[in-house]
Amino acid sequence: MKKFKNVGKPVKKFDGVSLAVGAAKFTDDFELKDALHLSILYSPYAHAEIEDIDVSEALAVDGVVDVLTYQNVPQKLFTTAGQGYPEPSPYDSRILDRKVRFVGDRVAVVVAESKRIAEEAKKKIKVKYRVLEPIFDPERAMDDDAPMIPDPEAHMIIPAKYDPKRNLAAELDISYGDLEAGFEEADFIEEHTYWTHYGAHAMLEPHAAAAYIDEMGRLVVISTTQVPFHARRILSMVLDIPLRKIRVIKPHLGGGFGGKQEIILEPLVALVTWRHQRPSKIVLSREEVFVSTRVRRSARLRLKTGVKKDGTITALEMDVLLNGGAYGTHGLTVLSNVGSKSLPMLNKVPAMRFFARSVYTNLPVAGAYRGYGATQAYFAINQQIDMIARKLGIDVLDYWKRIHIREGETSKIFELIGEGREGTPQLITSEHLDEAIDLGAKEIGWYDKRGKRIEVEKDRVRGVGMAVAMQGSGIPLIDMAAARMKMNDDGSFNLYVGATDIGTGSDTILAQIAAEVLQIPAEMIIVHSSDTDFTPFDTGAYASSTTYVSGGAVKKTAEKVKEQILKVASEMLNAPMDSLFLEDGRVIQRDTGKSVTFSEIALRSLYMENQFQIEATESYVGEISPPPFIAQFAEVEVDRKTGFVRVIKFVSAVDCGQPINPRLVEGQVEGAVMNGITWALTERYIFNQQGRMVNNNFGEYKIFTPPDMPEIVTIIVDSYEETGPFGAKSVAEVGINGPAPAIANAIYDAVGVRLFDLPFTPEKVYKALKTTDN
Amino acid sequence: MKITFKLNGEQVSVETLPTMRLLDVLREEFGLIGVKEACGEGECGACAVIMDGRLVHSCLVPVAAVNGSEILTIEGYRETERHKVLMEAFAEAGAVQCGFCTPGFVMAIEALLRRNPHPNEDEIKEAISGNICRCTGYDMIIDAVKIAAKKGEGLW
Repeated sequence: MKKFKNVGKPVKKFDGVSLAVGAAKFTDDFELKDALHLSILYSPYAHAEIEDIDVSEALAVDGVVDVLTYQNVPQKLFTTAGQGYPEPSPYDSRILDRKVRFVGDRVAVVVAESKRIAEEAKKKIKVKYRVLEPIFDPERAMDDDAPMIPDPEAHMIIPAKYDPKRNLAAELDISYGDLEAGFEEADFIEEHTYWTHYGAHAMLEPHAAAAYIDEMGRLVVISTTQVPFHARRILSMVLDIPLRKIRVIKPHLGGGFGGKQEIILEPLVALVTWRHQRPSKIVLSREEVFVSTRVRRSARLRLKTGVKKDGTITALEMDVLLNGGAYGTHGLTVLSNVGSKSLPMLNKVPAMRFFARSVYTNLPVAGAYRGYGATQAYFAINQQIDMIARKLGIDVLDYWKRIHIREGETSKIFELIGEGREGTPQLITSEHLDEAIDLGAKEIGWYDKRGKRIEVEKDRVRGVGMAVAMQGSGIPLIDMAAARMKMNDDGSFNLYVGATDIGTGSDTILAQIAAEVLQIPAEMIIVHSSDTDFTPFDTGAYASSTTYVSGGAVKKTAEKVKEQILKVASEMLNAPMDSLFLEDGRVIQRDTGKSVTFSEIALRSLYMENQFQIEATESYVGEISPPPFIAQFAEVEVDRKTGFVRVIKFVSAVDCGQPINPRLVEGQVEGAVMNGITWALTERYIFNQQGRMVNNNFGEYKIFTPPDMPEIVTIIVDSYEETGPFGAKSVAEVGINGPAPAIANAIYDAVGVRLFDLPFTPEKVYKALKTTDN
Repeated sequence: MKITFKLNGEQVSVETLPTMRLLDVLREEFGLIGVKEACGEGECGACAVIMDGRLVHSCLVPVAAVNGSEILTIEGYRETERHKVLMEAFAEAGAVQCGFCTPGFVMAIEALLRRNPHPNEDEIKEAISGNICRCTGYDMIIDAVKIAAKKGEGLW
């Protein structure tokens, strides 16, 4: 292990105190004098055209200022996906449209002096719908007689397969090697179909946005966004407001997990404030967040593998159908990631085919969600490998060690699949998955428990299962981050980053990286993040990019600043720069031991001689995307009488390179694990026959509370990524990929039933048990 | 209707509809932004406050019900020595991620420690079972309670 002053230390999260005292301001906490309040009228139908809409009675309500409908808002097509330009998502959305495509699509927006007035007036809007046939089953979406869901003018602005007439949002067909020969050569074929389901991000803070006009007549938008710079660009495009007149501020954010990588509410407040020259605001209710924002797309994955008796996998075919719901946002890129983040794990397979489609249906809209397609893929792969290992009669841990990708190796998939375009070839530069598997196995007690079917009480049987996964660290050659840093009189620094702390603690770890370069305590760095006026560009908080990409930018910037500090110190100490080094806020001359403090250096450069501001701006683009690796283990107890599955213990051993802040790494992994466990067991979208989600609240959409939790253990494996800032890779997403398959494999270990279909509700497990028993 | 109650140690009154949610009155009339709304139906605990010594979800309390009562929110509680200990324990344990749920958890823990200064793990879990956090795995929050109970010996 390398020695560091700041890196690798559990530095307390900078905003921990302001959050714990309730003083930190989230979007809803900004006081906007005389703000207009917005309330949205949603479609009760899954698929319909607005034949007539009469807002006159709503407009007549005292205190109502405006009612927005498709008739009086700009009708430009755009994508709500908060992605870089040109966006790899279809331009298929309008601020408000004449057609509604799911229960929860927007019909009208009432603008009033208070929220209550807006909500009351909303009830007076009269809408006549022409109801159209809805499509809920993704398998039917491309049928010849299926009605077309997207806008007839919907289009992609990058070259990609997109066929809105057939409800096809994205398609990829990638292959290498001789697939047929591979299957031919195999001693047996293992082929199964897996289904994963919708999921809600359920970040505690609901989506919200506010806007006002500043004293210079510019539009300022404050919103719950993971992507302030994309929000500014898209707002300018959709509303035809010059970009220079827009400022987007990301305040404190109450979690995102991908759900806030979408431009959903910003156009509404921006439009209202620009039009009426008054502040405006909207905060969604929990029900609205469930129904009208974004979800994890569901998937059907058919996985076919040819296997030789010695365990060699000779060919692999993955056939995927994703249900993206009513709009195509993130469709192509999630689709790509299903393959690109999972198949490289099996890089020794000589022939592969990845055929995948994402289709439109009349269900809630899928967007970005932690794991971004990899989660769906690993659900299938990890169960498939578990089954193959059992068939071969070998321990799945040993089998994984034989087949997984290793340091110094590559996979064809890296170059074949990128983000809506071809990929980037890369070698794995750090990988410690074997250690992760061993450490995790020890912690869960693998060899004492696997296959033992320990009956702790009558009909309550325990089993253990595991899963491995990898992710990425940003999107190579696309994600760009910049940082700016300046020195103050007292030797402290302002660090300006476009990187978006959404509750992860990225402000803190970026300060740790800067402090490590300058050899000062992290609290000497004052971080300002995510304000399009004051901080340099950053693509935003997604794709596990902040530590690696934004961290790379911060490190480069701090190194530039260091050079300037050394230059001034060299003048002051009358010594060559290469004889100087930094320690504890001083520059020291190696031979004489003479030193100057950072403050003395700052005072001289600001006020005395050869005056200049010590400052720098640097950018970073990753050329590769080094994957973090994880091995995850579940011990479960299955009640044979009821089908109820309880997770007893969950262990994750993660190789994320050098952790910049081990406490925050643990926080990321545990949060992802908990999210993955409840997605596997209790979370689910239940729709009625009309396509309406009927359990749109935390009472019925069940997320664990503390008494439901198993024992959770996180192990950070010793690792160092040479290309990362101080050896770091990403960590935020990878931990969500293992829980569902590890639990599925553990259930099989306990009671011998194989579950292909999430979530594992007691009914489903019970039914499977009965079928197997018979 | 005029509602009079004690808010964070001060006698206050407010003219409002009796059916208004206490949550809205606290945020809108008194600017107490530490009281958060995340679900609006008593499932998540982000809006938790202490009413006459009892933990309540302020989204479920009609303001008429607080007439004559004593309400403590995070803004009043943060002035106390106990909060200082608890806050430091939260920071030490890494119990804060996005922090949106944190004030609610803090109030629930205060209510617990008031009646049980030495809770065991199950009692801690039970006491915060009305709160949801989506960022952590709760482990760190439970650790924070243990640290606070130890370091704040004698304060509760």
